[in-house]
Amino acid sequence: MNFEEHAAKPLLKAAGIAVPEGRYVRTAVDAAAAQQAVGPCVVKAQVPTGKRGKAGGIKTADTPEDAQDVTEKILGMEIAGHIVEGVLVEGRSDIAREFYAAIMNDSASKGPLVIFSTEGGMDIEDVAAETPDKIKRAAVDIRDGFDAGAAAAMLAGLDLGEAKSAIAEALDRLYNAYIANDAELLEINPLALTPDGSLVALDCKYVMDDSAIKRHQDLAENGTPDQLTKLEARGEEAVIKYIELDGDIGILANGAGLTMTTMDVVRHHGGKPANFCEIGGEAYTKAHTALEMVLDKPGVKSLVVNFCGAFARCEVMMDGLLNAWDDLTPDIPVFFSIAGTGDKEAIAMLKDRLGLEPYPDMDAASKAAVDAAK
Amino acid sequence: MIIVRKEHRVLIQGITGKQGTFWTELMQDYGTNIVGGVNPKKAGTTHCGVPVYASAVEAMKESEFDISVLFIPPLGVKDAALDAIEAGAKNLCILTEHVPVQDVMYFMAAAKEAGTTITGPNTAGSVTIGECFLGFMPAFNERIFKVGRVGVISRSGSLGTLLCQNIVSAGYGQSAFIGIGGDPIIGTTIRDALEALDADEGTDAVVMVGEIGGEMEERAADFATGMDKPVIAFIAGGAAPKGKKMGHAGAIVLGDRGTYQSKIKALEAAGASVMATPSHVGDVLKERLGP
Repeated sequence: MNFEEHAAKPLLKAAGIAVPEGRYVRTAVDAAAAQQAVGPCVVKAQVPTGKRGKAGGIKTADTPEDAQDVTEKILGMEIAGHIVEGVLVEGRSDIAREFYAAIMNDSASKGPLVIFSTEGGMDIEDVAAETPDKIKRAAVDIRDGFDAGAAAAMLAGLDLGEAKSAIAEALDRLYNAYIANDAELLEINPLALTPDGSLVALDCKYVMDDSAIKRHQDLAENGTPDQLTKLEARGEEAVIKYIELDGDIGILANGAGLTMTTMDVVRHHGGKPANFCEIGGEAYTKAHTALEMVLDKPGVKSLVVNFCGAFARCEVMMDGLLNAWDDLTPDIPVFFSIAGTGDKEAIAMLKDRLGLEPYPDMDAASKAAVDAAK
Repeated sequence: MIIVRKEHRVLIQGITGKQGTFWTELMQDYGTNIVGGVNPKKAGTTHCGVPVYASAVEAMKESEFDISVLFIPPLGVKDAALDAIEAGAKNLCILTEHVPVQDVMYFMAAAKEAGTTITGPNTAGSVTIGECFLGFMPAFNERIFKVGRVGVISRSGSLGTLLCQNIVSAGYGQSAFIGIGGDPIIGTTIRDALEALDADEGTDAVVMVGEIGGEMEERAADFATGMDKPVIAFIAGGAAPKGKKMGHAGAIVLGDRGTYQSKIKALEAAGASVMATPSHVGDVLKERLGP
């Protein structure tokens, strides 16, 4: 789960990393009041995406009137598909240097990875491509943790002047915040050094591990849920993974890998998937809701049902689907491919109750659905 | 022990639960050598014909085991895995999906130090055809699994099962199916499984089923370059939109990393045959192995 800057920065503050004084507001009038409280400020669009400055979502303001003006312009803007509904009004900091600091889950080392760069304010991928020697990394054994000593060792070789020990301390605190909040990524970019030698986090990106939300129910309330369409929100409520796409061929399958592959095969035969809808895992008895959602997408012309039973049993899924079929009486053609655990029983049910035969494989079923949608 | 054998002694953590019981019985019927189970509340009883212990450490004292299979809910996996590692398990098969990643990193580090290998989390299990299986795979379905000489590696249980059925329909059979799991951080990687099948005398060719996201397929391609056995690959998610999690937490494309194209390119450069759809596996096997 993503967190917007205003929801992420309090985690840094709690861990002992300085952040500018700021107020999160949702109206231009409140922004003017916030400017009076914090002084010369930056007004920053709050959306869960980077590149806000380039999109015109970050402006300075020296007076309450300025703050009100720029906030009026920023609110309602669309940045990378997100509509701006709030801004962070934040006191401006004097900047001597800008750094980059982050802790992230690393699939290669199978542990936390601490990353620091002397090139703050830039996209870290660009720094890695252009000046890789300006980035330091340390893979951490999560059982031992990470401290200022380890950070100092990691920073060796970088010209940081007198700021080195403060940076090492900040990395230690950042790591603690990463652990305490089950972060997948906790990033400060830029981490600014002020002329008086102190560090302040000017931006913060925090992504919470979705599998750990159960451990942080209160904090998760401040997160920004994925933008969902109405149908996707219904899927989330029913605990069915449903993603709405722009095509006209409905897809219903079990298991993430098989569902993705059904989309691929439909596309391979020249069709456009209308959705990703997975009813495997714990959701395999929810065929009724799943079918309803797939059919409710406007413009769906045909449907591919692809079951391959392993953990989920084909006859359980088929029974749920056929009951749903009786209730919903869809008038679009449907093409089945059935294999794996419980396939014989499922095929017998299909013949008995719908008078249909499955296709020999998913290619044949998908191709037939693509042809029917033309 | 990436390829499980019938002489391996297997413990089931969470044996008394509904799924644990259901699949333990199927594993036993197929030939898996299950020597005990764990449930602290039912220690001292017998379940599925084997003794139930308070912990894996206790189980090891009386019913020495090699592998533990975990039928444990997400937030209990860390403690259960650490228990099995402390007990001296050689391999853990972790089926659970949605285990918090920091928990996973913790027991991965402990496992590495102890020399325990981990399969999963979020794997459907493994099958050594005609010998034994772990997890929830339809090993007993003869139209899906038949004794033969093709090794199969898959992140996904459902898609791996489909490939196996296509292999059998084409007149071939499998030596082993290795499910590695759909999470972003997993123990046994495609490369590890490829190495195990390359070294396996019973395997003549490998079918690997990858997914978009991460760089595991690219790393596997590095190893495949030096292999004599044919490698046949399918990568799921070519039609997936960028930036969306497609059911598996590991299947997400960010920028140009982990894309369908980068994986296909690496695999083809390594001499692998990349299939456009899983239905072609029989034809490609015929081409690479002969009928």
